[in-house]
Order: sequence, then C-alpha cells, then structure tokens
Amino acid sequence: MVSLNPSSADNAHISVRELHKIYKRGSESIDVLRGLNLNIQAGEFLAFMGPSGSGKTTLLNLIGGIDVPNSGTITVDGQRIDSLSSSALTRWRSRHVGFIFQMFNLIPVLNAFENVEMPLLLTRLNKAQRRKHVETALDLVGLADRMKHYPRQLSGGQEQRVAIARALVNDPSILLCDEPTGDLDRESANEIMGLIQRLSSEQNKTVLMVTHDPVAAKCADSVLHLEKGVLVEAIAQAQG
Amino acid sequence: MKFLHLVYANILRKKMRFFLTIGSFGVALFLFGILVAIHNGFYQGIDAVEDNRLVVRNKTSLMVFLPYSYKAKIEAMEGVEYVIPSVWFAGVYQDRKNFFSQFAIETAGWVETYPEYAIDKDQWSAFENDRQGCMVGRALAEKFGWEIGDRIPLEGTIFPGAWEFNICGIFEGNKKNVDLNQMWIRYEYLAESIPFMKGQVGWYAVKAIHTDYVNGLISRIDGEFSNSPAETKTEPEKIWMLGFVKQMGNIKLILISVGGVVIFTLLLVTGSTMAMSVRERTSEWATLKTLGYGDTLVLGLVLGESFFYAIIGGAIGLGLACLFVSKGDPTGMMGGLFTLSPDNIFAGLTLTLITGFIAGVLPAISAMKLRIVDALRRV
Repeated sequence: MVSLNPSSADNAHISVRELHKIYKRGSESIDVLRGLNLNIQAGEFLAFMGPSGSGKTTLLNLIGGIDVPNSGTITVDGQRIDSLSSSALTRWRSRHVGFIFQMFNLIPVLNAFENVEMPLLLTRLNKAQRRKHVETALDLVGLADRMKHYPRQLSGGQEQRVAIARALVNDPSILLCDEPTGDLDRESANEIMGLIQRLSSEQNKTVLMVTHDPVAAKCADSVLHLEKGVLVEAIAQAQG
Repeated sequence: MKFLHLVYANILRKKMRFFLTIGSFGVALFLFGILVAIHNGFYQGIDAVEDNRLVVRNKTSLMVFLPYSYKAKIEAMEGVEYVIPSVWFAGVYQDRKNFFSQFAIETAGWVETYPEYAIDKDQWSAFENDRQGCMVGRALAEKFGWEIGDRIPLEGTIFPGAWEFNICGIFEGNKKNVDLNQMWIRYEYLAESIPFMKGQVGWYAVKAIHTDYVNGLISRIDGEFSNSPAETKTEPEKIWMLGFVKQMGNIKLILISVGGVVIFTLLLVTGSTMAMSVRERTSEWATLKTLGYGDTLVLGLVLGESFFYAIIGGAIGLGLACLFVSKGDPTGMMGGLFTLSPDNIFAGLTLTLITGFIAGVLPAISAMKLRIVDALRRV
C-alpha cells in the first residue's frame, strides 16, 4: 500500500524524500514540487491527479530519471537515482523504467516491430533473441498480427498498445504513464486501461500514472492528488 | 550496424529532401572530379618533368627559331650531357578537334634525356632508321586505334602540305602523370622537307649532368648568345611548361575558387537540411533518450545521417565524374592527362566525408544536448 509516511520507507520499491523541484523562467522561480514524500510498494498501481501545473508530470519525470531534483532523494530498490551521473541515469532508465506517453511517441518511419525493438538495440541480445522478445511483447498487447504495420496504419488505441509493448519489452519493473488515454476515445481508453491494469496485477509491474481522467484513475489501486507541488490526499481504493 | 536501419529509415522519410540533398552532393562532387581532372590536365605533365632539364628558346618568341649551330656550342659547355633540337609541328589528324601534341626531334640522346618514357629498344631503332617514322604514346594509339606499322596522315599547319608518318613504336610511361597523348617525328625529315627549316630549330632541350649545374647553365647559355641576332631565353623545363598554362590565366586559382564556392554552398545546403531534419524530430530524439539512448549515440545517429547523404551523393558524383573523364578531354586541350587517379577519388571521398561531418556536427550537438523534459514539453 502506498504511504506518505517517511518512516515506512524501509521495504518500499520506490521511496521519495523531501523532493524539491524548482524551474526557472527568466528571473522567476517556480516551485513545482515542495518537499514531497512518498513510498510505493512493488506491483502497486498509482494514479496521480490534480490541476495543471500541480507537479504530476514533474514527479513522474523525476522518478523516471529523465529530470533531476533540486533537493531531496529518490531511491528505487535501495539505489539512489537522484545522485547518478547523466550517463548512469540513462543506463538505469533503459533497464528499469518503461515510459508510456499521451501522444504515443512512436517513430513514424519504423513499423510496429521496429518500434518495439528500439530499446532492445541497446542490449547485447542478438537478432533472433530480440525478435523473440518483440514478438512476445506485441503478443501481450494483442498486436502480434500488426507487426509490419507502420504507426500511420494503426488506430490511436493500437498505437498506444505498440507504445506499451515498447515500454514492456525490456521487462522493466516500473511503468510510467503520462496521460496514456488522453488522446484516445473512451472505448480505446478502456482497452488501454484494462491492459495496464493487467500488467500491474499479472506481471507485478509498479505503475505510476498521471491522468486527468477520473474513469482511468479508478483503475488504479490508489489515487493521489497533488496541488501546488504537495500531495494533498491519498485515496486508497479497493480492488475490483 | 544495428542502428543503420534507423539512420536509413530517417533519411528516406522525406523523399524529395533526400533526393535534393543527394543531388547537391552529387553535383558538387561531380564538379570536384571535373576540376581535379582539369587540374591534372594542366599540371600533372609538369610534375613528371625531370629537374635537370632546361629549355633554350629564342628570347623574342617561341615562334622565332634558333640557329642549329647553337647545338654544338651548348654541348661544349660544362655540365651539359645532351642537347636535343626540337620543333613544334602542329599537324591536324583528320579533324582539328583531334588535337594532340607533335614534336619533331633529333633522336640522339632523346631516350637518355627523357627517362620518364618507357621506350622499346627495337621500336626505337626502327624509328631511328625511318626518316618518315614516328613514335606515339599509348593513350594516343588507343584513342585512334593505331598500331605499329600504320601510316598516319597529317595536314600541316605551320608546315603546310600533306604529311605521312609510319608508326615505328608505341611508348609508355615509366611513372604516373606522363603525357602519353603525343607524337614524335624526326627533325631531320622536317628540315629536309621544308627549305626554311634548314639550319633552324624551335628550341633546344638541354639535359644537365646534375641539377647543381642548372642555375649556372641558364646564365652561361643566355650569356653566350647575348647581343647575337638570335638571343636565347633559357629556363627549367618545368617553368617553361608552367608558362604555357599561365598564358590561359591563373588556372589553379580559378579551380580552387570554383571548387571552394561549390563546397561552401554544399555545406550551407546540407547543414540547413540536417538542422531542419533534427529540429522536426525533437520529440523523437527525446523519446529515444527516454528509452535509454545516450548522448553519444544520439550524436552518432545524426552524424550517421549526414554521412549517409555524403557517401551516397559523393559516390554518385564521383562515379559520374569518372565516367565523364573516361570519355576523354572534351576540349582537346589537355590531352591524355585529363584523368582522375585513385588518389583523386580517395581525396574526393575524404572531402565528401569531411563536408558531411561539418554539415552534421552542429545539428548533432544540438540533438545530443537536448533536455528530454524540455523536448517533450515542446510537443
């Protein structure tokens, strides 16, 4: 169960302590995150909600290692990621985190197979091994028959499923989803949320999702609300 | 190698841009190839000339002859090994556009004076024994399909009339850059056939025993014939040949200027293409970095695209230049030296790679330095 209490960090999968993030725009400083504390257990599915500018995406970026905090610590499986060098953080990200974006962010000139293969090109796997992993990931998201299709030949929901396969293909322990249903119709959104739910429950992935969509948020185990850079409420939701 | 597909797919994403960029490289490298071939045509023969050779001509003009009697006087000077009387013949073979150099020469000492030519002894003996004989370079023989024993008709221009010569031999080069697009005929035959040539020569080729004698010989030869009816101007053969090139202007400066402008324009075109291409894909670079593609790899991917354009375009341009040059000098002025050597092609490929690197390096650095969160926010 997610906890906002710093003392319960010992066996947390992800532990965030006194996290501060300040953006500078010209002479103006914007405190996006203000001393945030959070413990997340492995396999949890958390949704972050809140108004625009409340720091949801910034928190996700910091936990995913694509941004660095001004102060505070982020520990994942006992490893401090806030103090890693840029190149070490890049390597860590490629092994431990899968990202799912609102706009899918697929490479338009590569087909579904090649898009999913992208993270594997950074590994030592040979071609046959990569093929096996990609086929498994695409099969998991139900797109085994669309491997040769380019993003322009897929629907929005299918594109997002390819993006999920790409996020999964390295078997990361953490999935970070930034408004994964924001660009989809309701039916596709429900499909995607069902898939993410399955990944959390069946594959024990820790899922952190930013969303404005209350229906999508209901799929999570817990919904955390942010306002002006602090967590204001944690609503534990009963499964099912 | 496993990232090649990504590079390849990216450069082909906008076909029009791909073909225009490749075309820019192709045209630039084609022009580079032609300019180098022109440079070779004018200067390569000069590079092959021995440093211990001098040319003695009439001080007034090359068109004014020198007395044959000077030969013995020059031969008697210290440091002189051979003196070869020579005359520019300027005959026309079938058509004026079939231009090639023809020299009337005395055979004695020629082979020793011009060691850059590989001459068969038997063929040379045949030439010495046939007053209507001639020797032709390999390139010239191949160009017109001539063989030993063929009789070659030439229409005289300086020395009017229909002339015929028997091919006694075909010479090659002992080193690269030797002009094999020329014909040698016998001076004796010309002097006997044209009454006003009796006792006259166009110029003397003088071989010094050693290069150390060259400067001294220049002043001694010109001093010997000063205040005579036919004063001489003596200079190293290389300088003499450069003089011909300079009569047409500063060819080197023209070639470098044209080449420089073309390459600079190519840099601007390709640099702008690469910058546009990188900027358009900001979110894709950010996505790759999010997936774990490091800064160096991103730098390499952008440079790879730039190199891809350069290699494909450059290879096409140089290939077309080779094809064009293989058809021969279209002006007929540069003879058999209008060529592209493997060194020239290697230089062209190096130039194209350097251009590709310079064009791609700034966009590559901007992609490398891209901050993921900023780039994703821009989408």
